[in-house]
Amino acid sequence: MVLELTKIDEIINKYGADKAFLIQVLLHVQRENRWLSKDALIHFSERLSVPLTQIYHIATFYKAFSLIPRGRHQVTVCLGTACHVRGSPHILERAQQFLGISPGGTTPDLKFSLKSVNCLGCCALGPVMVVGRKYHGKLSVSKVGEILQSYGQEE
Amino acid sequence: MTFEEIEKKALLEWRVLEQVEKPCLLVGAATCGRSAGALAVIDAINKTLKEFNIEAKVIQVGCIGLCYAEPMVDIIKPGRPRISYGNLTPEIVSQLIEDYLIKDNTRPDLALGYIGDGRVDGIPALFDLPVLKPQVRIVLRNCGFIDPENINHYVANDGYKGLVRALKMEPEAIIQEIKKSGLRGRGGAGFPTWLKWDICRRELSPEKYIICNADEGDPGAFMNRSLLEGDPHSVLEGMVIGAYAIGANQGYIYCRAEYPLALERLNIALPQMEEYGFVGDNILGSGFNFHIKIKEGAGAFVCGEETALMASIEGKRGMPRARPPFPAQSGLWGKPTNINNVETWANVAVILEKGGEWYAQYGTETSKGSKTFALVGKVERTGLIEVPLGIKLGEVIYEVAGGILKGKQFKAVQTGGPSGGCLPVNLLDLPVDYESLTDAGSIMGSGGMIVMDEDTCVVDIAEYFLSFTQAESCGKCVPCRVGTKQMLNILERISKGEGKLEDIEQLERLANTVKSGSLCGLGQTAPNPVLTTIRYFRSEYEEHINKKRCPALVCRKLISFYILPDKCAGCMICLRNCPVEAIRGGKRLIHVIDQDKCIECGTCLDVCPKRFSAVVKVSGVKIEVPREPILVKGS
Repeated sequence: MVLELTKIDEIINKYGADKAFLIQVLLHVQRENRWLSKDALIHFSERLSVPLTQIYHIATFYKAFSLIPRGRHQVTVCLGTACHVRGSPHILERAQQFLGISPGGTTPDLKFSLKSVNCLGCCALGPVMVVGRKYHGKLSVSKVGEILQSYGQEE
Repeated sequence: MTFEEIEKKALLEWRVLEQVEKPCLLVGAATCGRSAGALAVIDAINKTLKEFNIEAKVIQVGCIGLCYAEPMVDIIKPGRPRISYGNLTPEIVSQLIEDYLIKDNTRPDLALGYIGDGRVDGIPALFDLPVLKPQVRIVLRNCGFIDPENINHYVANDGYKGLVRALKMEPEAIIQEIKKSGLRGRGGAGFPTWLKWDICRRELSPEKYIICNADEGDPGAFMNRSLLEGDPHSVLEGMVIGAYAIGANQGYIYCRAEYPLALERLNIALPQMEEYGFVGDNILGSGFNFHIKIKEGAGAFVCGEETALMASIEGKRGMPRARPPFPAQSGLWGKPTNINNVETWANVAVILEKGGEWYAQYGTETSKGSKTFALVGKVERTGLIEVPLGIKLGEVIYEVAGGILKGKQFKAVQTGGPSGGCLPVNLLDLPVDYESLTDAGSIMGSGGMIVMDEDTCVVDIAEYFLSFTQAESCGKCVPCRVGTKQMLNILERISKGEGKLEDIEQLERLANTVKSGSLCGLGQTAPNPVLTTIRYFRSEYEEHINKKRCPALVCRKLISFYILPDKCAGCMICLRNCPVEAIRGGKRLIHVIDQDKCIECGTCLDVCPKRFSAVVKVSGVKIEVPREPILVKGS
């Protein structure tokens, strides 16, 4: 699960090894690798000539970054206002209970990661849960298990 | 290519679509349409067309805003006006294609309305529907009508005409045109756009920057997403005009990463502009150079604040700083910078095309033009709307949105997201403009409008917004970091039924401190949801505190679920679905909920068959039920 440094170099080069694109580089690596390892952070620091403290500063500030591995299927439950008034906290609770992890956590088999977000911008279809890139709108608590089950059986 | 040549080419392509020889299907495939199943509908369309050997064009368009009717497909058939169909599924759309394209049955039962000249029997004109009639479409003029990935569609619909006109004008004259229009910042604060530009233009600096703020973070708001997904060129055109007026040569769009489709559409639109010479060096032969870069956000709400946003573009933590100096004097990398919201930029393009006076005919004395709103929550017709400023709140909720879902009672409408407030029923006559909303304790904000019914608890809503702002507070200044935390603790206590009477006064005191002492807009407005709910719904707070009762039956610690013994049929559905095994029972036995184990999730109420309706939710009362499961009566 560790992205090879040569691959990271490729990404850094894509942005011209320019430190002005630090956040973009981190986002790119996060997307490819699903987390930022300690080695990767050190490597960014060396290649982009940015102090490691500053990289850590940024990697811990923005919610898009994760310093621990995330699962293959990212489960995102929207807790935006519109979803909230339509019962999204119950959806999150059910997902938590089904996967056995809290928001921010990853299942031990690295299959699922769970997180909550504050709005995905498809409020009219709340409550919404996204698995990978697939949006599941107008959810009810009783459907959550079924949906997650279908992803669990994929492989 | 000159602009005339580009226009000619674009019109040719557009007319082929309008005066078709073969049918054309336009599918609303913005994020909202997709989450409603638009991609499956497209698959079904392609399959059916192939099956019947029909030659037709299928185009993905943005969102017309009728989210309640998603997924939507418009069909243009030669010799007929365009017809919009809604609430489609893969099965229905296959049948529709067979019925309409082969058997020429227009299926009025599935149609929402027709668009354009002519008439179709049994189908109303789309823009005469109550949801669309009170609306004006200025910013959303192209959303849902054109292919957002095709610049020719935008050009053919008067796109970039504003830019062509602007490039022939003096920068001062452009700013005067914007002044005439009365346009104010659509990000929420409502600062006059012309004034912001004028201050930045007067700064003497060889380097200036333009930023488009597309970090739409308010929960319950998606106007900017829809606009960028449905008509990205209108925003980009506005930016080029603004850059020319101010004298900036570099622009940035800061768009949040949670909007992958909007980012994708922007990344498609920019090279198309470059190809036509609408951006880059020597734009349309004017000698003016302007470049645009797209910066992706990384998930921090505070980055919607302008100084935090600039820090983030610079590759730092997105934390706000004190103003002055204002960005117009010292912004991005210390250079004069002008930041406007997505919607403001889209207005600029059309103002330059049609003139400031034309724009100013809409709206009120101090709030001109139109405003988009994400109309969501407990209403019949949710969606993205654009209404003239000054329209009454009630008109929006009862006419455009068709009233409250399932005939329930209206309780409050929340505007302005976590920075705004909840307005009660006696303010339904309030005109929607910057001043009126501020006077009522809320704000215009970027355009979230969340309607709440009698089943919504205001304490819960206040707690919800505060937990949001508390988590998103960057932690730089004390009033925001500590104050919101203390307020949240009190609210949590009240919603658990552990509140004290003096808590309300304490909340108000803290709220005023946070408001006046915080560094940036996030903290300065964070207490608004709490203050307005106390102002308009004080009795509900008191009921939580004094009677330990949640009248809307929402606050979990104050509600309980019971299974009514005379209604339970012993079907075991709730027992099997209970996530914590808190229900005991068996076949033909009256089920009993173990109140100690119950987590008040409501699943049992959800799954209990309607014909039994045996599960009830109560607050502040106890219902007598058997201790152990006993046989159902009559069995």
